[in-house]
Amino acid sequence: MYAQMVKTGVEHIRSKDEMSPEERAFQDRIDADIKIEPKEWMPEAYRKTLIRQISQHAHSEIIGMQPEGNWITRAPTLERKAILLAKVQDEAGHGLYLYCAAETLGVSRDELLEQLNSGKAKYSSIFNYPTLTWADIGAIGWLVDGAAIMNQVPLQRCSYGPYSRAMIRICKEESFHQRQGYDAMTKLARGTPEQKQMAQDALNRWWWPSLMMFGPSDADSVHSAQSMRWKIKINSNDELRQKFVDQTVPQAEYLGLTVPDPDLKWNAERGHYDFGAIDWDEFYQVIAGNGPCNRQRLRTRVKAYEEGQWVRDAADAYAAKKAARAQVKAA
Amino acid sequence: MTDKKEWPLWEVFIRSQHGLAHRHVGSLHAPDAEMAIMNARDVYTRRNEGVSIWVVKASDIAASSPGDKGPLFDPANSKVYRHPTFYEIPEELGHM
Repeated sequence: MYAQMVKTGVEHIRSKDEMSPEERAFQDRIDADIKIEPKEWMPEAYRKTLIRQISQHAHSEIIGMQPEGNWITRAPTLERKAILLAKVQDEAGHGLYLYCAAETLGVSRDELLEQLNSGKAKYSSIFNYPTLTWADIGAIGWLVDGAAIMNQVPLQRCSYGPYSRAMIRICKEESFHQRQGYDAMTKLARGTPEQKQMAQDALNRWWWPSLMMFGPSDADSVHSAQSMRWKIKINSNDELRQKFVDQTVPQAEYLGLTVPDPDLKWNAERGHYDFGAIDWDEFYQVIAGNGPCNRQRLRTRVKAYEEGQWVRDAADAYAAKKAARAQVKAA
Repeated sequence: MTDKKEWPLWEVFIRSQHGLAHRHVGSLHAPDAEMAIMNARDVYTRRNEGVSIWVVKASDIAASSPGDKGPLFDPANSKVYRHPTFYEIPEELGHM
């Protein structure tokens, strides 16, 4: 997902008897679906895990601008260009909503950006893949944003107020992202044989990385169990991945495209699609920094930050000058 | 990264089109109020969400503390007579 394999720092799930009175009251409120708000008491592990999860999500939005930004100047029509610009701008906005939410937990914006720029913080594995053709823009909207929505819709109900509110805003905007992607894929799939081949090639390359976005099975993960208890994770990774496959396969069929999985088959007994094994070695390689674009993504991010320094300096100088003038006037 | 001090945090309030009061929508960082309003326009009104923006420095907001919830808000619980549904109006009178 946009936040993958978030650690909670806990080793086992404590029963209510093992909790301090404060912690028990906290868990009772979560069980009763009462939202936790910024200044309220919360266990340190809850606060730290949320900072990790929300900031990883924010970093993903920010880095996620790069693969798509790659095609803004080469979009096939002015309309597609305007749409893509709007989408990339939304991603920046989503990053900002999420940084705000993270800051309410007592971490500063500069700290978060420093963690991203230094390579210390993680972001989603999916953004380390290249966008080789225009069809990749369609595939990202359709598959990557589609996968993100699977996770973000339930997170609107998460226990932390600011995170939940950010998710509500994001989900409202995200649906446009997925639809514009599917729309771009439809155009290609109904176009010339070459265009259809381009769409198929993009699906071939983005299908498996999209399934990896949900992260490895967390059926036995103590971190996932704890996060679910805290209601900052609502569904298991496998559950969301299955839902995504079930939803997406008919959409691919409608386009006349083939999902690149020979083992993919409808299982009437389960009422779900069975699908083939995922190459988790690839996933761990990408997470470890060895994906096709990890170094390039970080380099671009740091360069943009450094080259924007003069703009931030100018804004500071202007604010200081205005404040000084206001003081003179008041005197 | 330079060790410049961080831009102040501004809380953003937007009045929607329908004549409602300004509503808190989120926050952002900016060097001054003017930039805060410009940033708020880009971050919070990309889809016609507003007709007016207020920004307030977060450090200028005084807030009740979560611990005071009881003393502040519990007294209203027992005053059911403040709600119209407390009163029974004869049905034959119709709507009141």
